[in-house]
Amino acid sequence: MEFFVFVCAALMILLGAVGVIVRKHPVHAALSLVLTLFGVAVLFVAQEAHFLAAVQVIVYAGAIVVLFLFVIMLLGVDRVENLRTEPLTAQRPLAIITCLGLVGVLVAAIVNGNGVLNERGEGINLPDLQNGPDANTVQLAESIFSRYVVAFEVTSVLLVIAVVGTVLLTRKAKSSAK
Amino acid sequence: MIALDPLLVDNLLWVPLIIVLVKVLVVFVVGLLATMLMVWFERKAIAGMQNRIGPNKTGPFGILQTLADGIKLFFKEDLFPSRADRFVFALAPFLSFVPAFLAFAIIPLGGDFRNGSSGEVTLFGQVTRIQLADPPIGVLFALAISSIAVYGIMLAGWSSGSKYPLLGSVRASAQMVSYEAALGLSLACVLLLAGTLSTSGIVAAQSTITEWHFISTGIVPFIIFLIAATAELNRPPFDLVEAEQELVGGFNTEYSSIRFALFYLAEFMNTVTMSALIVTLFFGGPQPIAIGDFVFDIPLLPNALEGTFWLLAKILVFLYMYIWFRATLPRLRYDQLMDLGWKLLIPASLGWFMLLAAQRLARQNGWNIVLVTGASIAVLVICYLLMQAAFAKSARDRSTQGTMF
Repeated sequence: MEFFVFVCAALMILLGAVGVIVRKHPVHAALSLVLTLFGVAVLFVAQEAHFLAAVQVIVYAGAIVVLFLFVIMLLGVDRVENLRTEPLTAQRPLAIITCLGLVGVLVAAIVNGNGVLNERGEGINLPDLQNGPDANTVQLAESIFSRYVVAFEVTSVLLVIAVVGTVLLTRKAKSSAK
Repeated sequence: MIALDPLLVDNLLWVPLIIVLVKVLVVFVVGLLATMLMVWFERKAIAGMQNRIGPNKTGPFGILQTLADGIKLFFKEDLFPSRADRFVFALAPFLSFVPAFLAFAIIPLGGDFRNGSSGEVTLFGQVTRIQLADPPIGVLFALAISSIAVYGIMLAGWSSGSKYPLLGSVRASAQMVSYEAALGLSLACVLLLAGTLSTSGIVAAQSTITEWHFISTGIVPFIIFLIAATAELNRPPFDLVEAEQELVGGFNTEYSSIRFALFYLAEFMNTVTMSALIVTLFFGGPQPIAIGDFVFDIPLLPNALEGTFWLLAKILVFLYMYIWFRATLPRLRYDQLMDLGWKLLIPASLGWFMLLAAQRLARQNGWNIVLVTGASIAVLVICYLLMQAAFAKSARDRSTQGTMF
């Protein structure tokens, strides 16, 4: 059962990922991204991380990609892009190098961690897991708001800074154009 | 991962499988019937309010009018606009219709929750719930589903390849995404008091009228939830999505035949689901109305079945309320809609949530509750004044420098 779910979800993720790159139309690419995000949500559910799955769907599929689509539609860039022109000349070779580097790092990490992760949960120090329907939420809340509270708050400050910065930049551009 | 239902915990057998299949079928059929009756009820009630007769030819009191309309729509010609994106155009109605039905799966439709009962019933020797699924994420599932429903409307407008549907869908997605925040925050207040995400758990925590928490969730979060839910449903007075005077027919202008019917069905199904969700979150779902030890019990009915009747009665109140809204309130202007959502509902629900959280913390740690509440209110007042100062500044800037965006 778990294997079957994994194969289905993995196929969804890979199909979506390939779709994001291959589809020429930005809207189709964004929809492929939704497929990938759903696949990840299914994998979360299969690992009993129900809360993460819900958040994945609500935040990523429900808000972020909707905003992507919103921008694509609002700015009217929903046309097929010409892939021949390149704004940055060195970007293709650089992309290939970065890609290979990333693949190398991932493979190294998997090979390195192979011995640790062969059995489910063996070799890792898991905290005392709670049972019951709300175990997920309780566990997450306890770690976010006690152990990792500083990182959590710093991340939220970072997000606020990003929002304020965006507003400021767009205002600057408009007033200088006048 | 399959702990959605107490039935599915052990090895799968034929009896549980059939019970689950029957439940799926019943929820689907009840959903369709409820939608059909809701359309009739709305037309009849609005006709009454406007001094008309409304549908009265098909069946008794015109109750079969929706069925006749549905059959007519099935046999109409299915048009594809020449500039449409064919795949997305065909997909969009289903993206709208399927979530509408999925959300209904988590509503407890009956069962005995009295005196701390868990609401589980025994059918053919199997313990189950009168509810299609009871996932651990509970109401978050409804939020996730409602955020998926945005895609249906958004893609429908875009894929039509025409101006007015696109404008309608851009409006719709902006509206739904902004009101989802207020919806989620007011829902969080209920979750904070219930201490669980599961819908059956929330219902079980609301046995008597005093446990409905009128002061902490019954006024501010409930009203915010009701307004945000109406906006989320795109129902009047928030139906800017299909503002006929401005946008022809809105996002579904280019749709005809059964594809149009699917959008229509989804809209009414969502109304029913949202009413059921309001009842579940704020008014005890299938629990009978009870004041202290006194319970309004329907005699001769088993408690589990009685729950279904109570749920229906409570849902009907809210369905009537939505119809009443539609007949009474004029449509908002677009900037009023956004102002209401961002400047009033989201800050208010966030502030109330902080207040409830502070009280909860005070109760847990044994602090002086009056002092904590007073301090929280002082902080909220300061936040409110700061916000007003920011609004005043931006209004001043706008009048001196013109709009920036």
